[in-house]
Amino acid sequence: MDELWRGFTQGIGLLVSLDPEVMEVAGRSLLISLSATIIASLVAVPLAAVIHLNSFPGKRAIITVTQALFSVPTVVVGLFVFVLFSSAGPLGGLNLIFTPTLMVIGQALLIAPLILGLAISALSGVDRAYVDTARSLGAGGLQVAGVILREARFAVVAAVIMGFGRAVSEVGLAIMIGGNIKGFTRVITTAISLETSKGELELAIALGIILLIIALVINIGLSRVQQRA
Amino acid sequence: MLKLENIGHFYGNRQVLKNINLEVARGELFGLIGPTGAGKTTLLRIIDLLETPASGVMYFDGAKVAATGRGRLDIRRRMAFVLQKPVVFNASVYDNIAVGLRWRRQSRSRISQTVEPLLEVTGLKALKDKNARTLSGGEAQRVAIARAVAVSPELLLLDEPTANLDPVSTLRIEEMIADIYRRYRTTIIMTTHDLAQGRRLAGRIGVLVNGEMVQAGKAEAVFSMPHNRQVAEFVGTENIVPGVVASREGELAVVDLGGTLIEAVSDYGVGGEVYALIRPEEVMLAKQRGTSSARNWLVGVITGVDMAAMPARVNVDCGFPLVALVTRASLEEMGLKPGQPVYAGFKATGVHIIERPG
Ligand SMILES: Nc1ncnc2c1ncn2[C@@H]1O[C@H](COP(=O)(O)OP(=O)(O)O)[C@@H](O)[C@H]1O
Ligand SMILES: [Mg+2]
Repeated sequence: MDELWRGFTQGIGLLVSLDPEVMEVAGRSLLISLSATIIASLVAVPLAAVIHLNSFPGKRAIITVTQALFSVPTVVVGLFVFVLFSSAGPLGGLNLIFTPTLMVIGQALLIAPLILGLAISALSGVDRAYVDTARSLGAGGLQVAGVILREARFAVVAAVIMGFGRAVSEVGLAIMIGGNIKGFTRVITTAISLETSKGELELAIALGIILLIIALVINIGLSRVQQRA
Repeated sequence: MLKLENIGHFYGNRQVLKNINLEVARGELFGLIGPTGAGKTTLLRIIDLLETPASGVMYFDGAKVAATGRGRLDIRRRMAFVLQKPVVFNASVYDNIAVGLRWRRQSRSRISQTVEPLLEVTGLKALKDKNARTLSGGEAQRVAIARAVAVSPELLLLDEPTANLDPVSTLRIEEMIADIYRRYRTTIIMTTHDLAQGRRLAGRIGVLVNGEMVQAGKAEAVFSMPHNRQVAEFVGTENIVPGVVASREGELAVVDLGGTLIEAVSDYGVGGEVYALIRPEEVMLAKQRGTSSARNWLVGVITGVDMAAMPARVNVDCGFPLVALVTRASLEEMGLKPGQPVYAGFKATGVHIIERPG
């Protein structure tokens, strides 16, 4: 109990004094997960519009698979990316294993289905009459997509925020393909799990509080956006 | 301008349009009337190329429209379609009206040259900067129509533009449509389930019932001479009486309406099973057999009088139920009351004979 209390006060101390190591790890976490979210969104959101606006065989199946991937265990994606990029793997020549770049790629792969699926359902929420109206006024394919994305913008932003939330809080993938290398690929979640297992609670607690704050901010943002959606 | 040949369409297994043939000339205001579910919206969607018909061919401005491909967007850009439920985008009234021009990549100044006068014409100037989402139903419909007119369509499609509107807004929209038609001479196809509206606005009318174009022609002709019982019922013809052609002399036929003989102008042969449509406003009522030129005088008993209607409606039983419309003044003068005997007279030309399928 004593140890826990000490860890807690010292953790607060690290936070208040803006301890360089804490800040560096937190900053890297945000940078990697934000990059992954941006990349995943740039692919998933337009793809959602394409899938939503067109009818083609297998459309239903694609949506079902996408939704099934929402809850795929992070270690499974980690394993997949690891096998692909490990030095013996097909993409091993790129030398990306245990780099922040690969962590961005891995997290983007992890959350892209989530953003895609949620964006598709966001677009499905837009009345079909908007699409018809836009087309009847002479909108081309891209312009129609622009119209419905605009109409569903809050729900789409909510989908992106959910993606970021999953990326920043996952640990399995970050450890497997990042390796938790100090000063290079160590992020909040991997640092917490390592420090805790070493029994060094103060750093873990300081980072834990930061992660909680991030989660809190995400949730506040999400509920604000969802109120307007 | 527009020609449809044998257009047919299915939703699932249900055939919602059957063999639609229609030609609309440039500069025409064509009214498409029919009950809810008749297929009016579906037909407009096909014309606007939002939907590809299961069968049939469409010609736009003389050229056959391909079933697929990029050319459809180019043709669609020469039309505009105002949906039954007006949809406004989450933007200002001005931006809503400008949107079609932006999609055509017109310059800012050209857009403003089109939109500003249109705001004036449609009475939306004061609302220009308001978010269109905050407008009333009637205002939103005006925005939707202005937005369609803004792209200078060669063919303007209006789907029940006054459905779900209050009477005042309805009048405004009707005036606006008439004004736009006068000003821009746009070819317009407009659907409505409001017959009176179709009659007020359209030059020619098509009647769509159960996916079939049962009659098309001059508005007056459709109303006074419906082709068959379905159209007659839909255009609100009262006095649809079944009978048989008993004899004929030249163009004058004697029709036996269940024992009562009347004369009518018709070319159905003797023995033909028909309906006689007797227009209520053509029926005169009198206490004595009249001396006017009417060929038909029937004896009957008044069964009901509705003074609240304008003109007053009188129900007469003369072997079959007959509705007559008479002015309130003459009704009071004659003192007609239920239970009294009365003579009902109408001309041979006041009867329209249609086929009665067996
Ligand atoms: N998207 C659709 N899917 C299935 N059935 C439809 C669809 N749209 C219309 N229908 C059916 O087609 C028929 C014609 O509809 P519609 O063209 O909207 O008629 P109207 O505009 O004359 O009321 C109706 O029975 C309607 O239920
Ligand atoms: Mg309709």
